[in-house]
Amino acid sequence: MDVLIILQAGVATGTILFFATIGEILAERSGILNLGVEGMMLIGAMSAFSVAVATGNPWLGLLAAMIAGGLLSQVHAFITIKLQADQVVSGLALTFLGTGIALVLGEGLSKAGTISMLPDFDIPILSKIPILGPVFFTSHSILVYIGYLLIPLVWFYINRTRPGMHLRAVGEYPAAADALGINVYRLRYFYVFVGGMLAGLAGATISLAVAPGWFSEMTTAGQGWIAVGLVIFAQWDPIRAAVGSYTFGALRRLVLDIQGPTMILGIANPFYYNPYWGFFLQMLPYAFTIIVLVIGSREAVRKRIGAPAALGLPYIRGERGL
Amino acid sequence: MADLQPSRSSEKRWSLPFHITLEPWLAEPPRWYPMFTSFMAVVIALILGGVVIALAGGNPFASYAHIARASLGSVGVFSDTLVKATPLILVSLAASVAFRMRLWNIGAEGQFFLGAFGASAVVLIPLLPETASRWLFIPFCMAAGIVMGALWGFIPGFLKAKYNVNEIISTLMMNYIAVQWNNYFIFAIWTEGGFQMSKMFTTNAWLPRLTDFAASIPWLRGLTVHLGFILAIIAAVLVWYILYRSRWGYEIRLIGDNPQAARYAGINITRNTILVMMLSGGLAGLAGMSEITGVVHRLQGAISPGFGFTGIIIAWLSKLNPLAVIPVSILFGALSW
Repeated sequence: MDVLIILQAGVATGTILFFATIGEILAERSGILNLGVEGMMLIGAMSAFSVAVATGNPWLGLLAAMIAGGLLSQVHAFITIKLQADQVVSGLALTFLGTGIALVLGEGLSKAGTISMLPDFDIPILSKIPILGPVFFTSHSILVYIGYLLIPLVWFYINRTRPGMHLRAVGEYPAAADALGINVYRLRYFYVFVGGMLAGLAGATISLAVAPGWFSEMTTAGQGWIAVGLVIFAQWDPIRAAVGSYTFGALRRLVLDIQGPTMILGIANPFYYNPYWGFFLQMLPYAFTIIVLVIGSREAVRKRIGAPAALGLPYIRGERGL
Repeated sequence: MADLQPSRSSEKRWSLPFHITLEPWLAEPPRWYPMFTSFMAVVIALILGGVVIALAGGNPFASYAHIARASLGSVGVFSDTLVKATPLILVSLAASVAFRMRLWNIGAEGQFFLGAFGASAVVLIPLLPETASRWLFIPFCMAAGIVMGALWGFIPGFLKAKYNVNEIISTLMMNYIAVQWNNYFIFAIWTEGGFQMSKMFTTNAWLPRLTDFAASIPWLRGLTVHLGFILAIIAAVLVWYILYRSRWGYEIRLIGDNPQAARYAGINITRNTILVMMLSGGLAGLAGMSEITGVVHRLQGAISPGFGFTGIIIAWLSKLNPLAVIPVSILFGALSW
């Protein structure tokens, strides 16, 4: 068992979580909690695969996934921003809606055939670095490299630019932002849309690159929810989100790969000789999500950092309070 | 409501340093309004479904007529509809009671699986000998199902109460863990001849069905409604009583409506969080027990076509009213195939 190969695959798997997590961070930073990530990812994965099969062009699939995810997110945006309904309920309903649409439209898609994949390539020079090179910069899909670029870009955007400051203002104290002439409603629609596009991209990353194909709701297998959990662990910070996503990706791969070899580090591999232990292995990513939430929640209490202050609250112009 | 604000007209020396604004009472929506919105939601959903059927090249009217005939057309098919409604009633109650406190337990699916596991454990370990009386099996299986479901609700409830862990994510993660837990027992421990299912339960452990009494009352032949339906109705009345007629229910509703006020009134939110999650999990566990001993009669993988999630939708359509859950569940039982 080559550890580097597993870690390399883990980074690719983690990219799925990273896109979804970063999208949810942007939406939540604007004050809108969108629990529909799982539904938007499924819609994205389904649209990407079906468009790629129909046109033979995976780039069009990618585009379709982002548009589909973004459009679906606007249902939630309208219900929570315009109608000021409960964001938890609407987000849950969005997951049901997205899952339902994806399953109906994706019926029979699992036998639709093969697609031409997005390009894989090595990064010159960087791929020669020992350990880091083979894990992070060798034979990855272009989507993985796009993920790397997003980490500093989104961090810089949120923390160092004027539009990023507006984003944070809208999520922390919308009344003050409104008084400064920032259009709270428009910004919230916009960032929910961006979050939906990134969730769609995360779905496309599954069906076009990491695990090509359509396996109905097992395509995402709860990764949208893990992403929602990772946002809390990441404390709404893109860099922590990246660390969490890639760690989780590696864990998911490890769970799949550890049952393969007969020997690990010179001793008999117990997971190979007890295949039924695999069921407990498959619990690990989900159990780990809960553990990470406990750690993240405790740390947030200790350091007195928390969610954006207006997260989950509708903004009603002219009302007192946040 | 009196609203105290610092005066803005400070140059008028004779005015009070604050002024009082009286706001009019907001008109409350009439009592029929919640029912009306739920009804319209169902109607609009049916119309949208009809549009989808029409787009797919079918005749929506013929399709709906067929669904109505196939689920309500005769005593036999209506009995099947009630069988499908039984687990839905129980998981919807589980969702309603938690949502009433604004605890977002979306783990009814996992609690259902653990309830099914608990009931199966009584039969398959076996905790009771195969020849034990039916009237011993039923309470034991019920207790095991409720306890396992409550345990599965306790974990996220405890984490929420002690560490403020978001219960939406933790309950959902517990769903995936529950499926793998059951899979382990289906594949590794209780497998029958390598198939992914346990052996059939001994008939003593089956919940009695109407058709079992066909020997004395012939027209009951073929009716599959089982004792679980009665249990579900009793549970609905009990949950209604707890929520709307008991002190505990008052606490639950107060925490749901205004946690600040509840805290100042001295209500223990930590304890109620854990207890309500256990009650919710126990109800979902009972649903699993009822389904496994009333319909499936063995532990296997495919025991729920997403009951836990349909339950959330039913709970909302019923406006979290435990009694309204019964007719809405029957409607959903009729719509599902």
